[in-house]
Amino acid sequence: MSIVDWFAKKEKTNATSTKLNIPGDVWIKCPSCGEILFQKDLESNAKVCPKCQHHFRLSAFERIELLADPTSFVEVDSSISPIDFLTFSDTEPYQARIHKSQSKSLSKDAVITGSATIQGIPVQLAVMDFGFMGGSMGAVVGEKITRTIERGVATQNPVIVVASSGGARMQEGIMSLMQMAKTSVALQQLARVKVPYISIMSDPTTGGTSASFATLGDINLVEPGALVSFAGPRVIEQTIRQKLPKGAQRAEFLLHHGMVDRVVHRKELPTTIAKLLRVLMIPTGGAHETTPL
Amino acid sequence: MKRLPFEKPLSELLDKIEQLKTLSQTEGIDLTSEIAKIEERADAVRRDLYANLTPIDVVQIARHPNRPDAISLATLMLTDWTELHGDRQFADDPSIIGGLGLMGSHRVMLIGHQKGHDTKENIYRNFGMPHPEGYRKALRLMQLADRFNIPIVTLIDTPGAYPGLAAEERGQAEAIARNLKEMAGFRVPIISVVIGEGGSGGALGIGVGNRLLMLQYAVYSVISPEGCASILFRDAKKADIAAKALRITASDIYSLGVCHGILPEPLGGAHHHWQETASTIQSACITELNRYQSWSSDAIIEERFQHFRKLGPFIENNEPANMPTFC
Repeated sequence: MSIVDWFAKKEKTNATSTKLNIPGDVWIKCPSCGEILFQKDLESNAKVCPKCQHHFRLSAFERIELLADPTSFVEVDSSISPIDFLTFSDTEPYQARIHKSQSKSLSKDAVITGSATIQGIPVQLAVMDFGFMGGSMGAVVGEKITRTIERGVATQNPVIVVASSGGARMQEGIMSLMQMAKTSVALQQLARVKVPYISIMSDPTTGGTSASFATLGDINLVEPGALVSFAGPRVIEQTIRQKLPKGAQRAEFLLHHGMVDRVVHRKELPTTIAKLLRVLMIPTGGAHETTPL
Repeated sequence: MKRLPFEKPLSELLDKIEQLKTLSQTEGIDLTSEIAKIEERADAVRRDLYANLTPIDVVQIARHPNRPDAISLATLMLTDWTELHGDRQFADDPSIIGGLGLMGSHRVMLIGHQKGHDTKENIYRNFGMPHPEGYRKALRLMQLADRFNIPIVTLIDTPGAYPGLAAEERGQAEAIARNLKEMAGFRVPIISVVIGEGGSGGALGIGVGNRLLMLQYAVYSVISPEGCASILFRDAKKADIAAKALRITASDIYSLGVCHGILPEPLGGAHHHWQETASTIQSACITELNRYQSWSSDAIIEERFQHFRKLGPFIENNEPANMPTFC
């Protein structure tokens, strides 16, 4: 190995390794560019790397804070909790997984729902939380998202869903699959009353979530770099031994293949949503006939 | 015919029967009574085996290479069957088939996953794993049916939607999602029958019906037992345990309230008697279709909506909701 190779290898390892022996929560290394970031700086920058614009994952409440007008969010259905109706147990009982996830989280499952305003426009909002069992969709996620859509139908408020999910929750068997149908059937009802639905896909949005409500937006927006797929790269490699090219299934790949309307930087999301909704919600007859929202 | 691993005790008897038959032919000895005796025993063993199937045994029956396929069933169940091709956007996907025909006196649009019975056929049919164009063909045909007020029958039999780069590029997730949403809005009744493997989103993509029926040895699951075993149990060899834990058999799916009826199969499975299987499915579908004859389109849409709306148990304010009857 020449010295040039050695340097190249060293740099590569630095850029890809996310683990560094630095104390606690003070510093964090960007998994994309390798920059060492001060945790507080990162948080004040919407958890976006100031150097390379890598979007770190957000918890549901962090997301709501960035998206909704200050103090406008009112949570609903917070008491809905999962039940282990199959008495499912793999390497660990499902019940124990639920308890563990709930004790680490501010919520009872992988989605937070409620009403809010975005730049003054009232919306019904559902935000998924990848931190809770990989954002997997079981009956609670399905029910809360369905209720969010139904509140959209009842109030005529546009519906905004932020997806962040590895897919269906296997521990709930066939019922997790049925949540794909349940949420999509609800979206059919929303479409019938002509209330807009904006889907925001964040990293990652895969499996049963991408194959149901997440790709069904009247407008589909995606955060830069987010992985969005039906079958994730590992599933594809394991089942058909096909290695995916770099950048496949990322936000820009989706835009290129016509699957999303826009790739939107996290900080631009509220403005983009508000602009779209203002135009979408002007009644036919023209802007001059309407009162401002 | 391929014998399944759990049929081993039966297999020995069947071998013996074949040996005796050859012997009686080549040697010219009359062994009829001996053969009849062993056949009787084989029947008893088969009955016993099929009365005590484990979920992974059922998975093997559901995947049997001679299990009746959608096109064969369409041919057996329908008169004036005409297959229709293509999504009008990209290609014709041979792993989903569809067409028009008459089922008894009912006009139907029949859609189904299509598997093959040997390697050559399976490669052509992509093992029943559709690409997005398959779901889009299904959607086009269902929209056609809706426009002409023709009820829809879908036959589900897939390991899952194809996981590959081309499928991702053309929007596999979107193609399935769109079908779920659009099927919810059709004004005609949709009867879905799982005839073999109900593999996850790939199955659901043509499965948002008013009624879901399952053949006795069909399975329906959010993930294959093998996939679940390797992800959750960290050992692909634990597929038998995963199959049990996931509750994927027709009787489990029925007691969970996801399917509305179980259609009995001939002893030893549907692959032993295609005609009988076709008649069973046909008469069940006709009974269902008769129900809807005086229904308004609103009532049909509402019934479909209500079915899916109540699926999914949870706890709210310390009270269980949507609990299936068996829990």
